[in-house]
Amino acid sequence: MSIALAPPRGNAAGLFVSSGQIARRVLRKFIRSPQLVVVGTVQGAMFLLIFRYVFGGAIDLPDINYVDFVVPGFITTGVLFTAMYASAGMAEDMSAGLIARLRSLPIPRSAVLIGRALADTAIQVWGLAITVGIGFLVGFRLHGSWSAAIAAAALVILFGFVFEWVFVLIGMVAGSAQAAQGFALIVFPFSFVSSAYIPVATMPSWMRGFAENQPITVMVNAVRTLTEGHSAEVLLGHPTSYFVIRSLLWSVGLIAVFAPLAVAKYRRG
Amino acid sequence: MATLEAAGLVKRFGKTSALDGLHLTMQPGQVMALLGPNGAGKTTFVNLVATLLRPDAGTLRVGGVDVARQPGAVRRLVALAGQSAAVEPTMTGRENVVMVARLFGASPADARRDAAAVLEQMGLTDDAAQTVRTYSGGMRRRLDLGASLVGHPKLLLLDEPTTGLDPRSRLELWDVIRSLVAGGTDVLLTTQYLDEADHLASQIAIIDHGRVVAAGTPRELKRRAGRNVVEVRVRDLSALDRVAATLMAIGDGPATIDRPTHSVRVALGADTERVFAALRPLDDTGIAIDEVSVRQPTLDEAFLALTGAPKENVA
Repeated sequence: MSIALAPPRGNAAGLFVSSGQIARRVLRKFIRSPQLVVVGTVQGAMFLLIFRYVFGGAIDLPDINYVDFVVPGFITTGVLFTAMYASAGMAEDMSAGLIARLRSLPIPRSAVLIGRALADTAIQVWGLAITVGIGFLVGFRLHGSWSAAIAAAALVILFGFVFEWVFVLIGMVAGSAQAAQGFALIVFPFSFVSSAYIPVATMPSWMRGFAENQPITVMVNAVRTLTEGHSAEVLLGHPTSYFVIRSLLWSVGLIAVFAPLAVAKYRRG
Repeated sequence: MATLEAAGLVKRFGKTSALDGLHLTMQPGQVMALLGPNGAGKTTFVNLVATLLRPDAGTLRVGGVDVARQPGAVRRLVALAGQSAAVEPTMTGRENVVMVARLFGASPADARRDAAAVLEQMGLTDDAAQTVRTYSGGMRRRLDLGASLVGHPKLLLLDEPTTGLDPRSRLELWDVIRSLVAGGTDVLLTTQYLDEADHLASQIAIIDHGRVVAAGTPRELKRRAGRNVVEVRVRDLSALDRVAATLMAIGDGPATIDRPTHSVRVALGADTERVFAALRPLDDTGIAIDEVSVRQPTLDEAFLALTGAPKENVA
């Protein structure tokens, strides 16, 4: 018995179609895993409520409400926590043989990584919307211009794209979803030893040196000064442009290092 | 032009050589089984053909195209399915096949039509709208196989297609593979199951330690193993030892006694006249004999004879 299929085509899907198909698959997987969607949302909301109402009362900041200080921190570090999902997903695809199948297809090899990056960025946007929504519910307010707020959102999406490469590489190196989750715990020192949840001024000096200069702090402060304007600039001691430029430099640097590493790792298999 | 041509193929992982100078030729219209124990190099070879790995030395051509020089062109000729069942569990059967068809360059309408045809052939039409996580292991393998067909491969690579399946799913998958073969697809399959190679393949290459140690049709390989096997089944279990002693005296090797089936077997020289001569003393003993059979060795016995070592992991 032979099957009647459309006649063979000379060319397989190009970069556009194949990336789109891969992205669609990653998004379907996310949407159809309600445990991920619900757990992710509840977890994010819970931490935000704990910081806002449990720790927040003990933290007194000059010129700025703690809720206005901490919500930009959550919005920015949320990118890291969502990226952990990308890392586990990539590891799962590697171990389940799906990557092997895709690598054996006559499609551009970069399509698998580009498709995943696109889908994960869409998931980042979804996570961003949730965090911002909860933030507004618990009293977060914008004190800058709307255009600055839009710029802040664009920056957060860019950061998501940056960390995508870091975490996809981690996922490929880890080999299994569990191991990837383990490796991804590096998000904790980077998110907590930063200015995301509390000002770095109260940290011991050796820790402050790291906290002030590591990329998460710079990224959080860029988002914070864009959304909170003058009071945040006063608190952090630098103008908005200082943080925005530095966060962009970090972004370019991280992509320049990790994207080629991820692509190389993917090519080698 | 040969479907597949490997010459002096070497692939190393660190210090171990997974393939150690492998030579193999597969002609169009063939189903070739690579038979060998775990770690023999079967999967490594398939991954080289699928361009997932690059050879360290030697040449490998698919339909005349060199895998190291033109991997992109080779990917258009081959399709890979196998033990890993590389399908997305959160997508439906149809969505999985449509996705692969689209990646092979089909338009959305063609992809849907091809998917329907493939799902029909795989007997999955009724479950096409269910997510794959509800599928049984056998259904996943059939879906995986179906997805690999939408690219119109010249050569289908099946890496241990039935490993881990229950006997019924295994038979169903065999039927599907046979129907593909009848439709004219060349198939290279790896297996550690001797009966699978015997049932599906027109050519068998026995691989051990990264080399082909014997190749030919199933019948040739059995003949090269060189001996007839005489098997005698007695009615009364107590007579088994006496029969074994008689057969031992005339056979070319030790007799094997299988008590649960009341039978004893022994290898004899290839000519049939000796077989009859050998059985005459049995007649004189007056033991009640239910069945006497003279047959070619099984692949299991052939493997032993051709490699000089017992095959590990026999099903």
